[in-house]
Amino acid sequence: MEPIRTLRSRTVVLPAANIDTDQIIPARFLRTTTRAGLGEHLFADWRYDANGAPRGDFILNGAAARDCRILVAGRNFGCGSSREHAPWALLDYGFRAVISTQIADIFRSNALKNGLLPVVVEAATATWLIEHPGAEVVIDLPSSTLTLPGGGAPVLFPLETFARYCLVNGIDELGFLIEREAQIAAFERRRARA
Amino acid sequence: MQLAPRTMLEKIWDEHEVIPESRDTPAVLYIDLHLIHEVTSPQAFTVLGARGLAVRRPDLTLATLDHSTPTQSAQIFGGAPIALESAAQQIRELERNCARFGVELLGLRSDQRGIVHVIGPELGATQPGKTIVCGDSHTSTHGALGALAFGIGSTEVGHVLATQSLLQRKPKSLAINVEHRLAPGVSAKDLILWIISRVGVAGGTGHVIEYRGAGVRALDMEERMTVCNMSIEAGARAGMIAPDETTYAYLSGRPRVPQGGAWERSLEIWRALPSDAGARFDREVEIDAAAVEPMITYGTNPGMVIPINGTIPERANDAAFDQALAYMGFEAGTKLKDKAVNVVFLGSCTNGRLSDLRAAAAVLRGRKIAPGVRMLVVPGSQAVKKAAEKEGLNAVFTDAGAEWRESGCSMCLGMNGDLVARGEYSLSTSNRNFEGRQGVGARTLLASPLTAAASALTGRVTDPREILRH
Repeated sequence: MEPIRTLRSRTVVLPAANIDTDQIIPARFLRTTTRAGLGEHLFADWRYDANGAPRGDFILNGAAARDCRILVAGRNFGCGSSREHAPWALLDYGFRAVISTQIADIFRSNALKNGLLPVVVEAATATWLIEHPGAEVVIDLPSSTLTLPGGGAPVLFPLETFARYCLVNGIDELGFLIEREAQIAAFERRRARA
Repeated sequence: MQLAPRTMLEKIWDEHEVIPESRDTPAVLYIDLHLIHEVTSPQAFTVLGARGLAVRRPDLTLATLDHSTPTQSAQIFGGAPIALESAAQQIRELERNCARFGVELLGLRSDQRGIVHVIGPELGATQPGKTIVCGDSHTSTHGALGALAFGIGSTEVGHVLATQSLLQRKPKSLAINVEHRLAPGVSAKDLILWIISRVGVAGGTGHVIEYRGAGVRALDMEERMTVCNMSIEAGARAGMIAPDETTYAYLSGRPRVPQGGAWERSLEIWRALPSDAGARFDREVEIDAAAVEPMITYGTNPGMVIPINGTIPERANDAAFDQALAYMGFEAGTKLKDKAVNVVFLGSCTNGRLSDLRAAAAVLRGRKIAPGVRMLVVPGSQAVKKAAEKEGLNAVFTDAGAEWRESGCSMCLGMNGDLVARGEYSLSTSNRNFEGRQGVGARTLLASPLTAAASALTGRVTDPREILRH
């Protein structure tokens, strides 16, 4: 995983609450054995019409969405299925962060493991972001802050120490777990005796 | 020294901490049972292969085929090719990975194959006190037997394959106290939909739910599984119910439970699992089961749900609500009852067990489904299928005009080609009514097997109590 320290980008806004992972990547695109190329199908049923042509009225098809790295979404983003194909699709499309007032547990966990930043903010910040699509914001990981344009004070967002450490240093958790092999083996021996 | 009272979650958690959590690092949590299937495992095996890692505990890993697997007998047993080549590739990939890494696979023609959350309890692999994970959010089902069971992503599937452990923060606890009993014609599915309507689709985020109280104790094992199954639809990664005599009677004699003296020792350990008197939960919610009615969803998430005779609510200035109703083709302030239904789906890890099929068959016996309605009955496992056939339930369904299939996830998520057409209404016993869940443009109404069967007979959304009265 590439280390991430800061992210500066304009935002794309999908204001709906409860955007589930079936919307992010419909199940028919899960019949794959790799993680590559899922960005093409991101939000497929909102993005394309019945004939597969891009819908002009969907935000991700607009010129303004190109090169945006940050998605702002309504409350409870990523609910539903545990499919990691959801963060894979968002990353493959080009997103590096999702901002919402609430992000579903499994999606959040999957996002962190792939370097997609889940940024949870208070309602006031979210409302401002939803009302100002395309705003250029800065996410700073070492300080866990989000800075909105206009010179206001950076907003703190919750990010647990370990996740931040892994993201900033590009460390993957599997390596961390493998290094705990001796403790895992000791735990197994202890339980076998009990 | 007297220990502080602990919740069941805390007891199971403490028992599985390889390394406790600290301010800076999550706990290393040991996993007792890892269930895998064809859709969320291939990328994890690829990582193992690329890094030269083995599956650490193949003996604690169990694989099956359910998500993209066909339900037509000819494609399973009849030598016909699997219609979807991409599904066939996933199936072959899991077969290859299991052979290469030494993982037991209940494969395409195994009589123990089925939906991963149906076969775990059925085989007795799911047991009280275990930590159980699977790359599927409905892993919460297994909590019905007093396990801590939750869904994980494919990266975490790789972690468990390689180390039998996960890095986890201890979740918060949410007690849902259910008093009184469900009324006749009202089922566990209605209860969990009712609970979701109270807690909200994000209300359980960050929490593990423990369902408690007389209303839960009165449920049989399969009903408890239905309740725990949809914990994720309330935002909770896991739901659990303390084991009791109902649990032990269910497990007794199943093939993978401890046998002989080991069974007695296990019982002793399991009896100590329920939350201690005075244990503190982070949150508590009170539910009166006697007030629950048959429930049905009208929108595009499981929280958009009303009693079957109720009215779709009105909400001002809520664009997402308006969009959901537009997608469904419904109007606020109207009733769902008597709306036309095109497809009825009976199955899934929520309602694909033998008791679900029996409930639906009791309504359908000797009757015909309405002309023009397509009803698909998909048993949750091959064992459920066999047991249902032994009782003649398959004949009840086919005589009524329904299709009888091999087991799998099928139309719950339409990955295997069992789809609802654009614009059609599907009355489904599954767990998600998301846009497009059962097919592009498909409109899903979630309800119980009783409501599904009653509505299949009339071709309209029907209160099962009206049919049961006759």
